[in-house]
Amino acid sequence: MNLKGKHVIIVGEREGIPGPAIEACMRSAGAEPVLVQTQCFV
Amino acid sequence: MELPVVRDVRFFLAHTPGLVRHGYKPTLDVARDQALWSKAQAYLRPYADAVAYAPHQVLLGNRTPDSLTDLPQPWYNHPYSNSSRRGPHGELMSEEELYGLLRASDGFDFIWLEDGFAAEAQGLLERHPLVSRKDLQQIVGVPFSRIEEKLADGTGALPLTLRDGRVIGLIRRRLQDDSSLAADILLENLAAKATATAALRAVLEGSGTNPEGVQYVIGSGEEAVGDRYNRGGGNLAKAIAEAAGCVDATGCDVKSFCCAPVHAMIIAGSLIASGVYESVAVVGGGSLAKLGMKFRGHLAKEMPILEDVLVGFAILMGRDDGRSPVLRLDSIGRHTVGVGSAQQQIMEALVSKPLDQVGLHFRDMGKYATEMHNPDITETVGTGNVPLTNYRVIAALAAQRGEIASTAEARDRFVAEHGMPGFSPTQGHVASAIPYLGHALDSLRTREYQHAMFLAKGSLFLGRMTQLSDGVSFILEANPGQA
Repeated sequence: MNLKGKHVIIVGEREGIPGPAIEACMRSAGAEPVLVQTQCFV
Repeated sequence: MELPVVRDVRFFLAHTPGLVRHGYKPTLDVARDQALWSKAQAYLRPYADAVAYAPHQVLLGNRTPDSLTDLPQPWYNHPYSNSSRRGPHGELMSEEELYGLLRASDGFDFIWLEDGFAAEAQGLLERHPLVSRKDLQQIVGVPFSRIEEKLADGTGALPLTLRDGRVIGLIRRRLQDDSSLAADILLENLAAKATATAALRAVLEGSGTNPEGVQYVIGSGEEAVGDRYNRGGGNLAKAIAEAAGCVDATGCDVKSFCCAPVHAMIIAGSLIASGVYESVAVVGGGSLAKLGMKFRGHLAKEMPILEDVLVGFAILMGRDDGRSPVLRLDSIGRHTVGVGSAQQQIMEALVSKPLDQVGLHFRDMGKYATEMHNPDITETVGTGNVPLTNYRVIAALAAQRGEIASTAEARDRFVAEHGMPGFSPTQGHVASAIPYLGHALDSLRTREYQHAMFLAKGSLFLGRMTQLSDGVSFILEANPGQA
């Protein structure tokens, strides 16, 4: 999937992959995060 | 430097099916769909089922965490025949008794109980060893007609009900228009105060400590106590100290979401080591907002609504007594700002680094106490097995450092030996590491092992002030002076 230039909405999870970690991957792939959140389900 | 030790701990559980209706998620969903609560009521457990629920018996100390390994899930289908409302680590109270305690904890007449029910609650609590004459005198009733009038007058009072839906009282808001002192907020705060107070009284009684001997109480719950100008102003700790008769104590609250109790224990240990105080209690009250948090998922699975208990706890710490396990202040693990958000880095900061600091290895820890959430509650609704996820990361770190073989079998063996099934109600700060403390004190005293690590994480990002989470850890060690 080519993510270059794509706007992305990121919802991470504390015990899985938190939002900022996904954001770092997305930025390295050229995507532009417009919302980054992390959730906690416990 | 004084050696800080953890002398004792008690958990106070209250089965509160009627209060599930006032958890945040049920409040939100039932406001949108009134019929939902009628359906939900059929899935509220009776008190006897909550007592016989094996994870609760583990928290009370009547069975070990590892005993859950051989119990087929879902655990609610396998009631424990030797269950008791009391155990060496605490007690599980009924909702009728808890309403009495709430009234006794309320010095401002926010809670009104119906005459007949107040007498019933008083009768139930009359012989309770932790309930004073003054408490009983506080449990006064009002005619039911006054409760009906108050609930109908549009001033924001909330009904208090039992599991069967019977209205037995209400909680009213402060007279002025102050959203920080609305009925739902006051109910949350009183629930935290009452459950933490009961736990503190229990740990003092159980350890033979005079309340006057405690010099400092640190609150580590998540409730925000204050009025409109200082929401979250805090120091619920001092209210709890007062209610438990700790007349020579002051205190403060420590906030860091779910990892606040572990922060508080480290602070308590530091205050003792430095000689500032000789005896410190760390307390946390039950989280009313989290009751019924996953009730929609439980209803969809036609299973009992398992998030129906409030849990308070109290930990007594002091100077070295030659017996109690030592909190190693040189073993503190910290999720610093620079650590970032990646799971591996966080766990290295909380587990690997502290082990290096004190020259110990992964297998030197008899047990790791991490996020101890009960998988009966979480797995059934698709949010995974939280402790198992954490143990697998710790095992992977051990394998990466060559301390165990890097095979799946070796990692699974490490998880089985040094981890445990989750058994804690999803009560936020209560579930992070602390639930294992009673069992750890037992095992360290009998020298079943020499060390246990406690690591807790907190979801700071939920407050939308940062994207960061937090985490902190310490190692508990068998007392070197113990025979």
